[in-house]
Amino acid sequence: YISIPDSSALVIRIPTDYCLLASALRVPARMQVLLKQRSGIRPSQPGRRAVQVRAVAAPVKSAAATAKTPLVTPEVAKDLYYDMVLGREFEEMCAQMYYRGKMFGFVHLYSGQEAVSTGVIRLLRPDDYVVSTYRDHVHALSKGVSAREVMAELFGKKTGCCRGQGGSMHMFSSKHNLLGGYAFIGEGIPVGLGAAFQSKYRRDVLGDEKADSVTCSFFGDGTCNVGQFYESLNMAALYKLPHVFVVENNLWAIGMSHLRATSRTSGDVDPYIYKKGPAFGMPGVLVDGMDVLKVRQVAQEAIERARRGEGPTLIEAETYRFRGHSLADPDELRSKEEKARYQARDPIPQLKAYMLEQGLATEADIKEIEARVAEEVDDCVKFADESPKPERGQLLENVFADPRGFGIAEDGRYRYQQPGFSSGTAVVS
Amino acid sequence: MLPALVQQARIHGLATRLPRIAAAVRGFASQPTEMTVRDALNSALDEELARDDKVYILGEEVGEYQGAYKITRGLLQKYGADRVKDTPITEAGFTGIAVGSAFAGLRPVCEFMTWNFALQAIDQIINSAAKTLYMSAGQINCPIVFRGPNGAAAGVAAQHSQCFASWYSSVPGLKVLAPYDSEDARGLLKAAIRDPDPVVFLENEILYGQSFPVTPEVLDKDFTIPIGRAKVMRAGSHVTLVSFSKMVGYCLRAAEQLAEQGVECEVINLRSIKPLDRDTLLASLRKTHRMVVVEEGWPQCGVGSEVAAVMMEIGFDELDAPVLRVTGAEVPMPYAANLEAAALPQISDIVKAVKSIV
Repeated sequence: YISIPDSSALVIRIPTDYCLLASALRVPARMQVLLKQRSGIRPSQPGRRAVQVRAVAAPVKSAAATAKTPLVTPEVAKDLYYDMVLGREFEEMCAQMYYRGKMFGFVHLYSGQEAVSTGVIRLLRPDDYVVSTYRDHVHALSKGVSAREVMAELFGKKTGCCRGQGGSMHMFSSKHNLLGGYAFIGEGIPVGLGAAFQSKYRRDVLGDEKADSVTCSFFGDGTCNVGQFYESLNMAALYKLPHVFVVENNLWAIGMSHLRATSRTSGDVDPYIYKKGPAFGMPGVLVDGMDVLKVRQVAQEAIERARRGEGPTLIEAETYRFRGHSLADPDELRSKEEKARYQARDPIPQLKAYMLEQGLATEADIKEIEARVAEEVDDCVKFADESPKPERGQLLENVFADPRGFGIAEDGRYRYQQPGFSSGTAVVS
Repeated sequence: MLPALVQQARIHGLATRLPRIAAAVRGFASQPTEMTVRDALNSALDEELARDDKVYILGEEVGEYQGAYKITRGLLQKYGADRVKDTPITEAGFTGIAVGSAFAGLRPVCEFMTWNFALQAIDQIINSAAKTLYMSAGQINCPIVFRGPNGAAAGVAAQHSQCFASWYSSVPGLKVLAPYDSEDARGLLKAAIRDPDPVVFLENEILYGQSFPVTPEVLDKDFTIPIGRAKVMRAGSHVTLVSFSKMVGYCLRAAEQLAEQGVECEVINLRSIKPLDRDTLLASLRKTHRMVVVEEGWPQCGVGSEVAAVMMEIGFDELDAPVLRVTGAEVPMPYAANLEAAALPQISDIVKAVKSIV
């Protein structure tokens, strides 16, 4: 509801296309602007719709111009499709499991944003690092953590990637160089910079010429107002770290619209995040985050730049989450019209159409991939369901790498040596 | 005459200010060498940087300025700007970088100009460094040392004088150390740098300039002190004084005063706030049956509260009097010199507390 004060107690429910209604009611222009701002609904701005891909080094040809040659090989296309479908089906299964009580606490789903995770992470090597926020299930899957381990972790079982101790918001895997999973948005970015710092240090100080691993940090539009983001932009550019900042701008931070939360960059109508990159000395790129091939193109250039030692890049991917902020979010503030607009740009059907059109895969191939994913998701649920819960003795394990950190008990022994302290899997080096 | 002068010099920290006496002291073969806490920390950092090239230092003014309190003097010249990094004023950011690099295999020493400024980075210390090993179920550890001066200095007022020992010591996953003398400084810092877990290292600005005797064993480049073991600085039988950092010195002086009045105090230097050495504390309580905990920080939920609770739990039958706490006043630190002195424990406060229970 938005009431128009200069009418006689007239209260109007503003429909989604308020521009039309407002002009039909002959609402003054100034009031129209006020209505747009207060409703939190994005004004339909032509500039925002026609999102252009801006590559770092040179302009990227539009999709129409490259219709002759496909942007990727059939193997890569099928891998991208598989990864996105796995992400989507996994997240949808999480929703089901949550409402059945198998999953609990805070669960933040990624449905709709798969193009960003797949587009960036499938380019990375095993020794590259990924850092994320609480919306990290699909980042874990794209990086290579098995669906079984992620689902078991979500169920709080011992066989989870973090033995049930991390949960939805804290996915870690040292094998796949996934450094978390942080609930505090903004906290993961400096940690990602640290992994990039290590890569540079390994090359410059330890003399390892082959050390060129890259780190990608994923975070949202809300994070771009957190102080640690700016501290990180500064230091990444200052130390020329091999790091890629990937902003998954889905326009909403819980119920706070990006347009209400972020000041506009000078001379613009929209608060662009990618423009903050050059202010700190690094390229900023805006990309259509609903198109996996565009994301992949931009990410490729940013990752190669970082690997060559040329420093960080800020990528802003315009994307959207089809579900609420978390499974506990009633999601009342986003308009149906906005959701429908983005559903029409769903990355998975887009890639499917592209593959069929370019002859990268047949209908049969695609059905096979989808069947494989369905089987994998069913299997991981079964695995998680049948896995045991952590035993009580696991409680005090892995607080310290050196369990003598629990100190010396009153009988002179180290406390971890006392019987019953833990299941006994902690080892002193 | 010379030994008496040395005694005076040691008590009043004059050894560094009277070079001729200091030189004479070093020349005497039978006298132990003296070293300031500052030099002890500097030499420990120097040796650990030389020993393992994954160790590096970062912080504000650690490089070209030679350290805000000169703890890192000479290290930039010796090891280069890649290993002794000057950072911008960006605590949360550079602490996060240090933590992330530790996750990835390096061994950073992250300096805070004072521990007050670490409040801007406390998210990284607690939510990343302390908790990640547990959240990842043992996959990713964090071999980092956070160090800097803690507690009150002289006239630096409310926002530069807080003692953080109790806050950090309540967090699982952190080890919290507080050296007193040069031996502690060297041994504990070297142990901390070699430790696979995150260590909060609480120094004290007033102690930096004080000189203490050090044996050749302490000067050895592999000298470490085990984390989690307290040290009995002075044996006694009537009351146990438990303390850490600067207050250990105050307790020793109070013990001297009380000895003249026939009260023999056992002085324990905790060295390690987390984990607390229950064994040494209980053994001392069994001897003296009375305990006073002395700390600079605020009383509520302080280190003294924890020691008192633990002693009551494990040594109730040994107690002949309640465990007393001598703490800083429950005020933000005032600026005026006399008010500051009133806000901090003095030797007379310790003597009074002991007298009230013996």
